[in-house]
Amino acid sequence: MNAIALYFRYIGLSLRGQIQYRASFIMQSLGHLLVTAIEFLGIWALFHRFGNLRGWKLAEVGMLYGLISMIFATADALAKGFDMFGDIVKAGDFDRLLVRPRSTVLQLLGQELTLKRVGRFLQGLIVFVWAIVSLPIDWTFAKVSLLLAAFVGGVCLFMGIVVIQATITFWTTETLEMMNAFTYGGEAASEYPLAIYRGWFRKFFLLIVPLGCANYLPAIAIMGRPDPLHTPQVVQWLSPLAGVVFLTIALQFWKIGVRHYTSTGS
Amino acid sequence: MGQIVVENLAKAFHIAERQAGLLGAIRGVVARKHREVRALDGVSFSLEAGELVGYIGPNGAGKSTTVKILSGILVPSAGRCEVIGRTPWKNRIEHVAHIGVVFGQRTQLWWDLPVIESFELLRDIYRVPQSDYIKHRDELIALLDLEKLLDSPVRQLSLGQRMRCDLAASLLHAPPILFLDEPTIGLDAVSKLAVRDFVKRLNRERGVTVILTTHDMDDIEALCTRVIVIGDGKILSDGTLADLRNRVTRERWLTVDLAEANGAIDDPDVTLIRREGQRVCMSFDPQRISPAALIGRITQKHAVHDLFVENPPIETIIAKLYAEGRG
Amino acid sequence: MRRYWAVISTRFRMLLQYRAAAVAGIFTQSFWGFVRIMVLEAFYRSNTGASPMNLPEMAAYVWLGQALLAILPWNADPEVRSMVRTGSVAYELARPIDLYGMWYARSIAIRTAPTLLRCIPMTIFAMFVLPLIGLGEWRLIPPPSVACGLAFAIVVVGAIALSCAFTMLVNLAVLWTMSVDGLTVIAVTLVIVGSGMVIPLPLFPAWSQWIFRSLPFAGMVDLPFRLYSGNIPARDLVWLMLHQWIWVAMLVLLGRWWLSHLTQRMVVQGG
Repeated sequence: MNAIALYFRYIGLSLRGQIQYRASFIMQSLGHLLVTAIEFLGIWALFHRFGNLRGWKLAEVGMLYGLISMIFATADALAKGFDMFGDIVKAGDFDRLLVRPRSTVLQLLGQELTLKRVGRFLQGLIVFVWAIVSLPIDWTFAKVSLLLAAFVGGVCLFMGIVVIQATITFWTTETLEMMNAFTYGGEAASEYPLAIYRGWFRKFFLLIVPLGCANYLPAIAIMGRPDPLHTPQVVQWLSPLAGVVFLTIALQFWKIGVRHYTSTGS
Repeated sequence: MGQIVVENLAKAFHIAERQAGLLGAIRGVVARKHREVRALDGVSFSLEAGELVGYIGPNGAGKSTTVKILSGILVPSAGRCEVIGRTPWKNRIEHVAHIGVVFGQRTQLWWDLPVIESFELLRDIYRVPQSDYIKHRDELIALLDLEKLLDSPVRQLSLGQRMRCDLAASLLHAPPILFLDEPTIGLDAVSKLAVRDFVKRLNRERGVTVILTTHDMDDIEALCTRVIVIGDGKILSDGTLADLRNRVTRERWLTVDLAEANGAIDDPDVTLIRREGQRVCMSFDPQRISPAALIGRITQKHAVHDLFVENPPIETIIAKLYAEGRG
Repeated sequence: MRRYWAVISTRFRMLLQYRAAAVAGIFTQSFWGFVRIMVLEAFYRSNTGASPMNLPEMAAYVWLGQALLAILPWNADPEVRSMVRTGSVAYELARPIDLYGMWYARSIAIRTAPTLLRCIPMTIFAMFVLPLIGLGEWRLIPPPSVACGLAFAIVVVGAIALSCAFTMLVNLAVLWTMSVDGLTVIAVTLVIVGSGMVIPLPLFPAWSQWIFRSLPFAGMVDLPFRLYSGNIPARDLVWLMLHQWIWVAMLVLLGRWWLSHLTQRMVVQGG
C-alpha cells in the first residue's frame, strides 16, 4: 500500500473513532463555531463604531478573516499528531513509530484528523461567502485558481509552524507555549489587513513566518484592490508558494530533530 | 557469521547537572554543566539464527539501550552492529520491516479500535500481501487463542489479553527476529505462562530468533538457553543459565513461616538473610547440606506454617557479579 | 538574617526552574498585546472622533487584560471536571461539609495563583520595558492619580470574588450535565465577550452599552480596567462596588441553591 492510500486508511479509522461519540462531537463542533465566531462579532462592532479601518471595508476584512479561519481550521485538524507531539515523546510513544517501516511524518499525520474543527471552518466559510458576495469581484479562472492555491499554501504554512513546534520538543521535551504566538497569534493577526501593522511586525510576517502570503497578498490580487504596501502583482500571484517552501524547510528541520532524538534517545 | 552481530558497542549520554546552591542555579541558567553517562561501554556478542537469549541486568544497566540500538531507535556513539547484514540506524525503514518489537509496558495497538482493525492497519503499514496476512493472522489467532478478543476495542482488554494481542501484532509480517522488552511485566500468573509458552513455540517451531529482556528470573528459566548479563554498560556474563549460577553462587534460599511469634532459627548450615515478622529467609549451600535434610532438621526443631526453597533472585546474582567485577 | 536569605533563595531557585515557561508566557502574551493594540490603534486613527476611549486608555485596557487574563472564569475547576469524569464526585457530595464554601475557596486559589505568577513580569514589561524599546506610546500608563490606583485595587478584589462565584456556576453546570462541553462552552463565550476580552466594552455599539454594563461580566475586567486608567472617574467607585457585590451575592445565592438541589437529586438517585 502506498503512502497516500495508507494515509487515508489512517484517517478513515480516526474519523470512525471520533464518530463513535456523536453527541459529544456535535456539541464540540458547535462550541467551536460559537467561540470562534465571537471574533468576527468583535470585528463587526469595531467597524460599526469607527466606520472603516484605514480605508478597508468590513467585507474586505471579512474576506481575509474567512480565508484565514478556514486555512487555520484545516491545518489544525490535519496536523493534530504534530500538535500533540510533546505528549507523544513524553509517553515514549515515538519509539513505537520508529520501529515501523514508514516515515514518521506520515505516521504522525495519520494520528488524527480532528473532526470538531469543522465548527471553526464553517464559521470561516460563512463569513467568507458573505464577504465575496458583497464585494465587487469579477471572478476569472485565474482568480479561482489563486484562491485555491492560497488555501493550500496557507494550510502548508500553518502545518510548517506546527512541525517546527513539534521539532523543538526534541530538545526541550516541553511543548513551548511560545509557539502559540505564531499559530493562534498568527491567525489572529492575519484576520486584519497586514498593512495596518507596524513595519517590523509586517516584515516578520512576510519574510520570516510568511503568514501575509497566506491570505493578505492573494486576497489583494483577487479583490483587484491597490495594496497600501505597494507589493508588485507578481509577488501577490506567487505568494501561495511561500507556504509550500516554508513547509519544505520545516520538514528538513524535522529530519534534523529526528536525528537528534536517535542520537540522544532523551 | 551470526544473524545479529554486535561489536564494541558504546553509547554515552550527556546529562545536564543541576548545581547546588543559589549561585549554582544562576550559573545553570547561563552555562549548564554536563556529565557523561556511559550507558554502554564496549558490548560485544553474536547471535545465530534461532537462538533464544535472555538479556538481563538491573535498571539502568544498558538493557533497553541495547534493544533500542538493535531496533534502530537509537544510534550508538561507537561500535558496529549488524542485524541480518543491515546496520539498524543506517536504513531504518528497511531494517524495521524485518524485525518485530514488543515493549511490555506500552501497546502498539490502537486504543479505540477493535483488535482486528489494528491488525489490518499493521498489515498495510508493513505491506504484507493479503494471502500471507491471512495465513499469519490465523496461525497467531490459533496459537494465542485470540478468537474471542478480536472485536473488542483494545481499551477494554485486560493486561494479559492485550499482551497476547501485542505479540500477534508484532509478528503479522513474520519477522525472523523478535525483540521482547519486559513482555511479562505486570501480568497475572496464567498470562505469564501463556506468553512463555507462545514464545517457546515460536522459537522452537518457527526458528524465530528472540532477544528477551526481563526482570523475571522465571521467564529466563522457562525459556532461555543462553543468558547475557549486563551491568554498568558492560557484559558481565554470557552463557547458559546453569553456567551463570555455578559461576556466581551455588547457594539456594529457604524461606520459613514460623508458628511462634519470636522464634529464632539457629542452624549451623544456614545464614540469615532477613526476617519479617514470622517469616525468616535464609541461604544455604546445597552441596554442604541437601535441601531435604535441612528442611527435616528445621521442621523437627520448630513449629512451621509453611516453607519453600528457591533460587536467589536475579538481583542477588547480579549484585554478586558486580562485587566480583569490582573486587 | 540567614534564615530570610534561605527562604528568599529557595523561592528564587523555584522561580528559576519555571523560567522557560515564564519567558514563553510573557512572549506570547506580549505578542497578543501588540496585535490588539495595533488593531485598536488603526481603528482609532481611522476615525478618532468616534472613540469613547483615548489611545493610552486603550493600551492600559489591553495590557491589564494580558496581565490579569487568568482571573477570568474561563473554565471549570479541573479537579471538579476530573471528579465528575471518574464519578468520585458522589463521595464529595456525601461529605458533611459546606461543599460550596470549599469549592469556592479552591476557585480563589485557581484564579489568583497563576495570575500572581504572570502579572508582575507582564506589568514590568508593559510599563517599563516598552518605553525603552521605542514603543512608549503603547505602554501601560500608571494610574493617573492615587485615587484611581486605590479604587482599582479595591475593585480587583470584587472582580476575583465575582469570577469565583461564576466559576462555581460553571462547576455546577459540569456537575449537572455530567459533561464538560455544552453549557460550559456557552458560559465561556459569554465571559469572553461580556468581560471585554474580545474588544473593550465601550467600543461596542452605543445602544448595546446598557446590556453589557448590567451583566456581571463587566465587573470582572472592563469596569476595573477603566477605573484604573481614569476612563471612569474614581468617585464612581461606590457604584462599581455596588454592581460587583450585588452580582456576587446573587451568583452565590444561585450557586448555593443549585448545589443543594443537585445534592438532593444525587442522594435520591443513590449517587
